Amino acid sequence: MSLNTLALEATGISKTFGSVKANDQVNLEVKKGRIHALLGENGAGKSTLVNILFGLYKADSGIVKVDGEPVDLGRPKDAIDRGIGMVHQHFQLVPVLTVAENIVLGNEPSNKANVIDIENAKEKVRELAEKYQLDVDTEAIVEDLPVGTQQRVEILRSLYREADILILDEPTAVLTPQETDHLLQVLKKLASQGVAIIFITHKLREVLEVADEVTVMRNGQVVGSTTPAETDESGLAEMMVGRSVVLRVSKETASPDATILEVINLCVQDDRELMAVNDLSLKVRSGEIFGIAGVEGNGQRELVETITGLRTADTGEILIGGTSITEFSPRQISELGVAHIPEDREKHGLIGAHSVADNLILNRYYESPFSNRGIRQQKAIAHYAKEMVEKFDIRTPSIETPSSSLSGGNKQKAIAAREFSHNAQLLVASQPTRGIDVGSIEFVHQQLINQRDQGLAVLLVSAELDEILSLSDRIGVIYRGQLIVTANATDLDRNRIGRIMTTGSDSN
Amino acid sequence: MSANPSKNIKQFFFSKRWWILTTVLLVFFTLWTSEFQQANTTSVLVSTLRHSTPLVLGAMCGLLCERSGVINIGIEGQMLMSAWGGFMVASTSGSLLLGVFAGIGIGMMMGAVLAGISVGLRGDQIIAGTVINIAALGITSFFFSLGRTLPSGKAQVIKLGPLADIPVAGRVLFSNKPITFLTLLMIPTLWFLLFRTKWGLRTRAVGEHPSAAETVGISVIGMRYLNVIMGGGIAGLAGAYLSLEAVGSFERVMTNGKGFVALAVMIFGRWNPVGAWGAALLFGYASAIQTQFQFRDWLTDDPQFIGIIPFVVTIVVLAGFVGRARPPASIGQPYSRE
Repeated sequence: MSLNTLALEATGISKTFGSVKANDQVNLEVKKGRIHALLGENGAGKSTLVNILFGLYKADSGIVKVDGEPVDLGRPKDAIDRGIGMVHQHFQLVPVLTVAENIVLGNEPSNKANVIDIENAKEKVRELAEKYQLDVDTEAIVEDLPVGTQQRVEILRSLYREADILILDEPTAVLTPQETDHLLQVLKKLASQGVAIIFITHKLREVLEVADEVTVMRNGQVVGSTTPAETDESGLAEMMVGRSVVLRVSKETASPDATILEVINLCVQDDRELMAVNDLSLKVRSGEIFGIAGVEGNGQRELVETITGLRTADTGEILIGGTSITEFSPRQISELGVAHIPEDREKHGLIGAHSVADNLILNRYYESPFSNRGIRQQKAIAHYAKEMVEKFDIRTPSIETPSSSLSGGNKQKAIAAREFSHNAQLLVASQPTRGIDVGSIEFVHQQLINQRDQGLAVLLVSAELDEILSLSDRIGVIYRGQLIVTANATDLDRNRIGRIMTTGSDSN
Repeated sequence: MSANPSKNIKQFFFSKRWWILTTVLLVFFTLWTSEFQQANTTSVLVSTLRHSTPLVLGAMCGLLCERSGVINIGIEGQMLMSAWGGFMVASTSGSLLLGVFAGIGIGMMMGAVLAGISVGLRGDQIIAGTVINIAALGITSFFFSLGRTLPSGKAQVIKLGPLADIPVAGRVLFSNKPITFLTLLMIPTLWFLLFRTKWGLRTRAVGEHPSAAETVGISVIGMRYLNVIMGGGIAGLAGAYLSLEAVGSFERVMTNGKGFVALAVMIFGRWNPVGAWGAALLFGYASAIQTQFQFRDWLTDDPQFIGIIPFVVTIVVLAGFVGRARPPASIGQPYSRE
């Protein structure tokens, strides 16, 4: 097989959602047996483009050719029939079905009466898994599997359909460093067997590591194509954002003072009544950022919810500024000076249907000057909201706009504006930059550093190891509800943290 | 996937302990109330099966819809319309069979209405179901006319040869009317279809995660239309059972809440036809036991208390079990591709 024949060629793809041009005259050429990275910020139009290639969206204009032939991709089935497979950002697996059932779904081996031959299905999946060295248990229920394994199931599902063009939409966003390394190896192997791979990401390091070719998108347009050999991280970042960006956060050394947050032997159960936080102790001092690194689902959420009063501790104690808050309500905790940037900003950060103004005073709406004897003071609210919108550069048509219509980055700025503007002593930030654009990430990071320098104690929980490493003064690595290692950031490196967060052990 | 078989058996009994306990208690209670008389025990069991038939049919309609992601609270209305339509056709044409087919056909049309509103137009599924219930009540009451009868009489009992002569079991299981037999056949058939065939796997996938099904080339809209219309047909059969097999005439509001109890049966049976049958038998038993209470002159000074029994069972069961049952993940949400 020649390595230079085109597997897929898209020309002049345009797609408009409402007034937004998601794709504007986009061209893309993908060669057989090559890994083609599609790079861009959130909202640059990468996902729209691949959804068009997979038949999930219909392009307004443009031509897609597979193996040199123009194709009409009206439905995913058309794409599947053409050998296009896709690993979605939000896995398209049915949680309650088994691995084998998920893989064969829609293309089930069966007899003439349409009764599924499940043994045959399992056998086929096992053969495939062996051929590509993607180890899975065919009888396991998908929802019980770790994220990395679920992704393997998604890849196998495409291979089962004999895909020779594989699209992966942000596949590494949910993986641990080790799982990421493994995935990149798998991709290289697939490419060497002739599969054309379109790999969407905004992580520059991965692009440089595996991609043969890179196409960079910005604001719905292709702004350039290059190869890893011709460029480096800052070059790619500049193409992505359109200006030079600060990739490393610059900060002074911390000057920590008194202990603000003290967690003592805390045990917390999760929603399934399993022990999520298990005898965990930590201290965060004013003027320092304490980062918690770990694979998601190791008790971070329960820890944060307990500190902010959303969940009740089983045993143990939490002290904030010396006051025990285990019996406090969320409002009492907030009034004690705890600012909270929640993990799921849509669900716990903002009330989507309410205006930006109301969301900005959500933690103080009942206080003067926003309320007088139970009557809302509209003028005071509007005045304050305008001030905040300006100060935090929240891009919104007006303060009366429902907060749900803001972009991810602006939602996060609105939450930051609310939480940073009352006299806090402790800031709990959970996944503060998840899914927001590079510009907003820069802003949020700078704000976290500023809050630290003003003497706040900051507890940072993030699944992005780079974020933890670049911001934290001290780092605790969490595994199954316990802090396995707590150390100064300078004493820990990427590999060691990665090893602890996946195995729970510090030894080699 | 445990390698230890005895552990599996233990786990099986542990996980099913409430079912086993309930069954044992009911058997003892039946024997006790009838003072170990064969005739009484038989009549309680026969009555249990008779009461359970429309419930399990209604529940199968509900689970067919909900497994594909559409809530059907219009079962009551679908049953009522079919009971009325089936009776009208049977009394006009003189053919019971034609009446049953008419009932199924009307049920399917009512299913198509629900599918059209909630799948095609992406309307609210609860409101669509409520519309069907209200419309059915109005239409059947408006066109109801007194004095109509079935020229052929209601459906007659079929005895399955020598099997029907077995004491108790023969009378209960092998000597029934046609729709009851059909229902007993449909329960394992639907189970097999749902858990062993392509259609079943795709239905469950569509109900749990529609976009996942779409990405492997399954038409979510098509599957939902199909299932909701087929479900309507089953509700139609339940309606035909009421007017043509159980009662032999049509009465105003003759479904009397059975369509809603069927929803409870479906949930209690965890969206599984066999489970629903077990649940329907429990509810059927609660209804059957009323007769025994009257027979023994218990609580007859306040007959309301006896009438309450099935509903108390509904409340207790729903309060106790429903919290632990997990419905298909996508129910209630209209699906659109973009």
